[in-house]
Amino acid sequence: MDYSQFLVMKQELAVLVVFLLVFLYDTFMPRGAGKALPAFTTVLLLLATAAGFCPDCLGSSCSAEAFAGMYATSPIISAIKNILNIGAVIVLIQSVSWAGSDDMRIRRGEFYELLLVTLFGMYLMISARHFLLFVIGLECASLPLAAMVAFDKSRYESNEAAVKYILTAVFSSAVFMMGLSFVYALGGSLYFSDLYLAMAGGGISLMLVLAIAFVIAGMGFKLSLVPFHLWTADVYQGAPTSVTSYLSVISKGSAAFAFLVIMAQVFGTCYAEVWEWMLYAIIIVTITVGNLFAMRQNNMKRFLAFSSISQAGYIMLGVIGFNTMSMAAMMYYILVYIFSNLAAFGVIGAIERATGKIDMSDYCGLSKTNPRLALCMMLAMFSLAGIPPFAGFFSKFFIFTGAINQGSVAIYVLVLIALINTIISLYYYLLVVKAMYINPDKPVVQPFKSTCSERLGLWITVAGILLLGLASCVYTWLLNTSFLSNFAAYLM
Amino acid sequence: MFSNILIWFVVIPLLMLAGLGLCRDVKQVRAVAVAGSTALIALSVKLLVDYLALRAAGDTAPMLFLGSWTWFAPLNINLAVGVDGISVAMILLSSIILFTGSFASWQVPQPKAFFLWLILLSTGVFGFFISIDLFTMFMFYEVALIPMYLLIGVWGTGRKEYSAMKLTLMLMGGSAFLMLGLIGIYYHSAPAGQPLTWNILEIVNNTIDPGWQRFLFPMTFVGFGVLGAMFPFHTWSPDGHACAPTAVSMLHAGVLMKLGGYGCFRVAIYLMPQAANELAWIFLILTGISVVYGAFSACVQTDLKYINAYSSVSHCGLVLFAILMLNTTAMTGAIMQMLSHGLMTALFFALIGMIYGRTHTRDITKMGGLMRIMPYLCVCYVIAGMASLGLPGLSGFVAEMTIFVGSFQHADMFHRVFTIVACCSIVITAVYILRVVGKLLFGPVYDKHHLELTDATWWERFSTVGLIVSVAAIGCFPNFFSNLIKFTFSPEIFKVLGM
Repeated sequence: MDYSQFLVMKQELAVLVVFLLVFLYDTFMPRGAGKALPAFTTVLLLLATAAGFCPDCLGSSCSAEAFAGMYATSPIISAIKNILNIGAVIVLIQSVSWAGSDDMRIRRGEFYELLLVTLFGMYLMISARHFLLFVIGLECASLPLAAMVAFDKSRYESNEAAVKYILTAVFSSAVFMMGLSFVYALGGSLYFSDLYLAMAGGGISLMLVLAIAFVIAGMGFKLSLVPFHLWTADVYQGAPTSVTSYLSVISKGSAAFAFLVIMAQVFGTCYAEVWEWMLYAIIIVTITVGNLFAMRQNNMKRFLAFSSISQAGYIMLGVIGFNTMSMAAMMYYILVYIFSNLAAFGVIGAIERATGKIDMSDYCGLSKTNPRLALCMMLAMFSLAGIPPFAGFFSKFFIFTGAINQGSVAIYVLVLIALINTIISLYYYLLVVKAMYINPDKPVVQPFKSTCSERLGLWITVAGILLLGLASCVYTWLLNTSFLSNFAAYLM
Repeated sequence: MFSNILIWFVVIPLLMLAGLGLCRDVKQVRAVAVAGSTALIALSVKLLVDYLALRAAGDTAPMLFLGSWTWFAPLNINLAVGVDGISVAMILLSSIILFTGSFASWQVPQPKAFFLWLILLSTGVFGFFISIDLFTMFMFYEVALIPMYLLIGVWGTGRKEYSAMKLTLMLMGGSAFLMLGLIGIYYHSAPAGQPLTWNILEIVNNTIDPGWQRFLFPMTFVGFGVLGAMFPFHTWSPDGHACAPTAVSMLHAGVLMKLGGYGCFRVAIYLMPQAANELAWIFLILTGISVVYGAFSACVQTDLKYINAYSSVSHCGLVLFAILMLNTTAMTGAIMQMLSHGLMTALFFALIGMIYGRTHTRDITKMGGLMRIMPYLCVCYVIAGMASLGLPGLSGFVAEMTIFVGSFQHADMFHRVFTIVACCSIVITAVYILRVVGKLLFGPVYDKHHLELTDATWWERFSTVGLIVSVAAIGCFPNFFSNLIKFTFSPEIFKVLGM
């Protein structure tokens, strides 16, 4: 065997190295040094991220394959991994106060190790070009997350959430593998490239439709698309806030891209006949149901859970558009979503740590007691709702433009429905702003000082919200990278 | 980039925002607001002079002061600016109202935050009027909408939370249609094989496929029409205006509603003339209803702001009505009406704010005989009322006259009937204006406590005089304004219509 093939997996290896260093640090350093572990991990991952942006170092400057085509990488894949890395770094920064607290003393290491393992799994999902490797990545990304959800082991909700999460994760894996067995029966191989040819030559059969339906359902659990979303709100509410934010952005973003890869590189030929319409219906239901339920929530984490369900629907517009522009728009959307959602979670986390309050009604008068936190929250809400000049506006505009690039009248209708839904979403995002700025009730949350790491995390996310849209280079970079990638061949 | 005069209309408000960020007390806030809005007025006068000079020198390009800077290169999105006479007039209007509005909100609570949002709003307004790129136009449009939520929600009165939410959601709902319409225009902006564009001047040369026009025209027209208070999407306007603080009502009725009319004209009709020609009748009916319905509703209101808000629905309906007549005279009238309504409604709202600040009620059944108590404000109110019902010599007469002459040029029954119906609104306007003037100003004094009230302060006089002079200027020199506007009706719009 040619061991030099491993060098193609530069970014995965980097995460593994970080993982090992964290593990060794956690195991062998004296007790007192444990306080520095959060900073240690963050810096290491930050270095890996920075190196990932450099094509000569960890990034990929051209397409490459390894292990007889089971693993592939290219500039665009490297780009999405970098985006996920950035998100993970922000999550790590925001979790420093939580992980540094005294009750986390003996569990601190596990949190980081589990997080890095899931990140590794997500990388594999994105880069896999063989379903075996894909499933390894999928499990690697799901199972440790259940342990992370259960991290507040003394809290009842945390345990309940973990049980719900692991049951749905296992169940969705089962559904997904059911689909895979059908796919294998149809194509006789698990290589994406072989399957693509088999699908192209095979014509449409009931089995194919079922196979695609199972695969979409399996991934739908991961992405929390309606009707596979039922676990989301409970898990988001029960999990520690840092874990929730990780679940809502990184896990979702990676699954969305992996989903696009499967749909394009395996089922690309039956787009118009089979899965365009499945996804069409799912998107409409996802966006609408997510929005309608979000309106009724009072707990901020449940609220953001439903908001993230509807955001997943918007992200799926990038898949259904099925062209290079919509793919770039989807990646851009994920990036902006990471920043906006993490800004919201940063504020929620800070307030929860200081006061233990996480209800929307507790946010009344926040603009008077903690004006800066309120401002961050408002920017996050505006960005999520797609208000210019914040980044969310640009990402929404581009994902709609990308989807319409597909050209059919049906897509215009879909985009119109999505647009009308943005108004519903604006309503509930404004409810938060209203609570903070307009509601005359007595403030619940007293003034407090947030920690350095929380402030740093908020500074980063707010800077992202303000700059990612106005600075055109980010989107242009993603679009140019997409056009260069070998995906363009699979898409329209 | 900064050598282009137009870009300064966005840069100055941004500088003001930065300046406000550094302010420590209320005096500094006022200084920044006054300095900035004075600079904007000066700049818009300079723009007017330069523009007229260029025209006098024989420059016949459809837009002047063109500039374009690449933003999102792969999508061909540019920050493209350019103005014609209509935009110049609108910019002038906006700067006048921003200026007077700053004075009208001299004593607003939490001035720093208030002016931050107000200036952000005006950044959007100016950006919208200078843009000729659909993307940036839409972006500035939305920038102008969202500050309304907080301005009304925090500084408003009455049922402010409800009104603010209703206004924001309805206007954003309109912009949802608009966004789809604009993206659709983009994808049909050029013949197959040529690069797509967002630039209005380029799109107008490549005719959009007529089949798609029929779909995109209603999208954009409704999208902008919501902001222009087109029936049945006008319901945000009375509530919103009634609950908004004075300066916001002024800016919103005076300028923001004009964004709707301007957008309908510049995007929907300018770019999609064939569909406009085919589908105008549907929207004529709707706007005709706005005109009459708004006027009738104003007759039965007792809250001063509601009266004026419904009157705005009626007058802005007339703007859209005239635009849809699709001929030069009526459209000139429409632009005149935008200017006229912008100024006089701002005057109205300013006066109502000042009266409310003294009597603490806006209910006309609880006030009376104010002419004896605060003669200055009441005379101003009468002048505004006269302008509104179309007294010759003031702006309303010129605008409405031009509109109805233009509309009557259509020889068919449908247009004639609707013109006559819309004409009736003038009479109804007289009813509600005179009713208020009679009851409020000349009736017996309702409340003895009102006798102790004082007349206008210096800053209030300053802002009202500015508006009255502008209203009279349009009324006395209509030719100047119609020449400014008319020249820019470049024949391209009417080529399709065979005019």
